[in-house]
Amino acid sequence: MISLRHVSKTFGSGPNAVPALADVDLDVAEGEIFGVVGQSGAGKSTLIRTVNLLELPDSGTVTVAGRELTRATDSQLRIARQGIGMVFQHFNLLTSRSVTGNVELALEVVGVEARERRRRALEILDLVGLGSKAEARPGQLSGGQKQRVGIARALATRPSILLSDEATSALDPETTRSILELLGRINRELGLTVLLITHEMDVIKSVCRSAALLEAGSIVESGPLADLIRAPGSKLARDLFPLGDVPPHHGNTVIDITFSGGVADRPVVSQLARAHGLDVSILGAIVETVAGNQAGRTRLELPGPPAANAAPIADLRGQGLLVELAGGDAR
Amino acid sequence: MIDPNSPDFWSELIEVLLVGTGQTLYMVGVALIVTIIVGLPLGILLVGTERNGLFSSVFGSRALAATVNRVLELVVNFGRSVPFIILMIAVIPFTRLVVGTFIGSTAAIVPLSLVAIPFFARMVEISLREVDAGLTEAAHSIGASRWQIVRKVLVPEALPGMVLGLATTVTSIINFSAMVGIVAGGGLGDVAFRYSYQRYSNIHMIAVILIIFLIVQALAAIAAHFARRLSHART
Repeated sequence: MISLRHVSKTFGSGPNAVPALADVDLDVAEGEIFGVVGQSGAGKSTLIRTVNLLELPDSGTVTVAGRELTRATDSQLRIARQGIGMVFQHFNLLTSRSVTGNVELALEVVGVEARERRRRALEILDLVGLGSKAEARPGQLSGGQKQRVGIARALATRPSILLSDEATSALDPETTRSILELLGRINRELGLTVLLITHEMDVIKSVCRSAALLEAGSIVESGPLADLIRAPGSKLARDLFPLGDVPPHHGNTVIDITFSGGVADRPVVSQLARAHGLDVSILGAIVETVAGNQAGRTRLELPGPPAANAAPIADLRGQGLLVELAGGDAR
Repeated sequence: MIDPNSPDFWSELIEVLLVGTGQTLYMVGVALIVTIIVGLPLGILLVGTERNGLFSSVFGSRALAATVNRVLELVVNFGRSVPFIILMIAVIPFTRLVVGTFIGSTAAIVPLSLVAIPFFARMVEISLREVDAGLTEAAHSIGASRWQIVRKVLVPEALPGMVLGLATTVTSIINFSAMVGIVAGGGLGDVAFRYSYQRYSNIHMIAVILIIFLIVQALAAIAAHFARRLSHART
């Protein structure tokens, strides 16, 4: 649905040049919620803004819904944008208009006739749970309500894609959850493809099916979350389930076990202790629902050096678990 | 010399003041309308043709936009730096071309507009700069054209600031209108000059000052009221 190929963007020139995106490839499938995560300054905002060409890439191609936007004329681009909704971190609502007026703006641009405009704006406001605030001014709303107006405006033209530029970053955790629920519902009920960027792992965890990790303008990892979690050495998996630093382990073996899907509910640790007669200590564990599946990581300490624990480790791997030696000791 | 004790003094005073006020309001009013019609788009262009502005490429050319921007900047700065009394005389050929004569209230509207347009354009520019760039971006994201962004986003959002800017502009037009006696434009300034300076009537002077003060005060109150109502409605 969205496809970026070799997209690069540098701000400034000469010695002041700041590379924001370096040869980025990105594919978002129809109907999924795709999250791009990265620290501030990683180029996330630039990345999402190249999708509807608010930011013109220096090189590379942007294809959305089968149309190569990087080759479109101005008027073609405007029409394409009407099929790509976007919500912003700071909402970007017009103070000169009421809530309904803000939603209607998107329809005015498309040329929908006044009566129909109002009907559709009210319908969408109902959908986002703001039916009762239709006549309010944006200044009278809370952050979460403002973002709902932003979402309503983005949905007004019935786009097939929704871009979310840190939509929940200015909101408190409670409100963030309700906005994410709304995005999930829109995705399910309207079949919208959602591309969101965020610096919060929780956002990825709670709504995304696929994700990409952006570091210094490059995509380091990308794919369905279920696969990324199982991938050895995945930074995203480590960030999703942070176990903290590895404690000193005095000649013992510390392993991180990542499990997901069907293996999540098996009594792995007690089986391990029983089968191999080991005294297993649990140093840390984290279990969450990711992309609708239970997944998590457990950090265990086994007595003896890694070489002595080859058999139990092989056993765990045989059960389909991802086992990694923590602390960088001999592999 | 005017004698305040003559039986006709007060009725003459009132008549002179009425005519003067009428001329002032006429000149200022028409000049204001012209100023808005020309100054508003000029201010929009001043901001728009900047780098990264809404019209940063004109007919697909960035160089052309940059040139337009430089020329407009120059014209506005030039217009603002020429003293009014000189401008008024200097533009006489132009005034003749537009109005057919360079004498009288109607003719005075030309220099008054010319001096107010750059001033108001700057006011418009300042108000537009206050509009959050995120709003323009949001408008782009829903596929709005540049014209739609100007009409539906920039101008409505900058309106409270523009109304206040307009009030400052009117005040300065009134100020300058006092000088148009020099081209026989009439108005309250002319009344003060002819009756008070040339014929020593303090009463005329006081009356003129009071009337001008009241006009400015009323306009400021109206502008403040509208600006407040506009921004109140927004919070």
